[in-house]
Amino acid sequence: MEADLHDLTAAYSLDALDPEDARAYEAHLARCDRCRAELAELAEAATALAFAAPTPAPPPDLRARILREAARERSNVVPLRARWATPITAIAAVAACAAVGLGIWATTLSGKLDRREAALSRQDRVARIVASPGSRRVVFPQGSLVVTSAGEAALLLRNLAQPGSGRTYEAWVADGGAPRPAGLFKGGDVVAVPLEQPVGKAATVLVTREKSGGTNAPTQTPFVVVRSSAQS
Amino acid sequence: MSETPRRMPRSFAHLSDEAVVALVARSDQSALAELYDRFGRVAYGVALRILRDEKLAEDAVQEGFLTAWRNADRFMPERAKASTWLLTFVHRRAVDLVRREDRRRADLLPADAELSSTGSAEDDAWLRFERERVQAALKQLPDQQREALELAYYGGFSQSELAERLGQPVGTIKSRMFAGLGRLRELLADPPGETAWKPTFTT
Repeated sequence: MEADLHDLTAAYSLDALDPEDARAYEAHLARCDRCRAELAELAEAATALAFAAPTPAPPPDLRARILREAARERSNVVPLRARWATPITAIAAVAACAAVGLGIWATTLSGKLDRREAALSRQDRVARIVASPGSRRVVFPQGSLVVTSAGEAALLLRNLAQPGSGRTYEAWVADGGAPRPAGLFKGGDVVAVPLEQPVGKAATVLVTREKSGGTNAPTQTPFVVVRSSAQS
Repeated sequence: MSETPRRMPRSFAHLSDEAVVALVARSDQSALAELYDRFGRVAYGVALRILRDEKLAEDAVQEGFLTAWRNADRFMPERAKASTWLLTFVHRRAVDLVRREDRRRADLLPADAELSSTGSAEDDAWLRFERERVQAALKQLPDQQREALELAYYGGFSQSELAERLGQPVGTIKSRMFAGLGRLRELLADPPGETAWKPTFTT
C-alpha cells in the first residue's frame, strides 16, 4: 500500500487524484520525506503549465472584490496603504516639480558628482564579486554573469550600444515569480553592473531596454536571458 | 476611471514573492493586492482555460487567493516557491469546480493560433516570455506524455478517468505523468543556449 502511494506524487501535483486517493496520499506525505522532496519538484513543474495558458486580463473589479472579502474575514487587517494607492506617475511629477524649484543648475552639478561617486563604488563592488573565492562565472553570447557563493552577482557585457536618448538598460532577476528590478545602466565597450538583487541557483537574469528611470516590471522583450545554473 | 491595472508600488518592487507572502501572513491587505498584481493574471488565465466560463474562473481565482490569505502563516518557503503555492490553490479550486459542474471537455489542445491571438499589446513582456518558454518545453515532450499532463492539468480529469478515456491501465497513465513532469522540469531548467534572445534595437 505504502509503495503504491509513492507512485501518486505526479498525479497529486497535477490535482489528478480521485478524492479518496488524494486523502490517502496526503496522510502518507506526512511520514514520507522522499515524497515531500519529490512533490516539491514536480509541483513546480506542474505549476509551469499555468504559465503556458493564455492570459486574458481578468475583469477589473475582481481585485477589489478579493481585497474586500479578505478584509471582511479578519478584524486585524492592515488596510491598504496610501502610498500603494497613489500611482507612480504622480510621485514622479511631484519629484520633477521639486527639481525645478531647487534650480536645475544645482541638481545637475550635484548629479554629476553623485554619478561619478556611484560609478566608482559600482566598479568596486563588481571587483569584489569577481575576486570572491568560490564565485562562478556563466558565459553567454553577450558577456558573462559572475555569482558569488552568497548569491551576490555582477553582469559583465561587451560592446553594448547606448540605449538611446530617454532610454536605459534595466537588469532583472527572476526566481520563480515576476522579475524584480536589479539595476539601471548605459552601454559601453565593457559594462560592469553589480546586481541589486541576490541571484539564487535557479534564478534567471534578464536585461531589457526601458524608459529612462526604469520600470517596475519589464515592458520589452529581454535581449539577455541567462540562467545562473547554466554550465559554461 | 482607467481600467488598466495599477502599477506595482515602489515599496514592494524589490520584495521577493516569498517576502510578500510573509506580509500577507501579517494580514497586510496591500501585500495581498501585490500578490494579486503579480499572479492574478496567470491565475485567471489558467482558471479560464480549465473552466471555460468567466464567472466560474473568477470564483476559482477569488477562492484561491482567499485560501492563500487564510493559510499564509503556514507557508514554508523551503518547501515551495510562493508562486507554486498560490497557483496550486487556484488550480485545485478550478479542478473542484470543473468536476462538480462536469464541464470537462477533452478538446483542450488549442492550436497555436488561439494562443497567439490572445497575446495582446497589454499582455506584459514577462508573461509572454514565460508562456513561450513553457510551450516550447511542452512541445518537446513525447505526445502521450504531453497529452496526459494537459488532460489532467487543464482538463481536470483524474488518473482513473484518463485511464478509462484513453483505454490504458492506470499504471500507464501514472508513468506518463511521472515521466512527463520529470522531463518538463529538466527542460525548464536548461539554459536557453542558442535560443537566447537577440537585441532588437530600433535606434
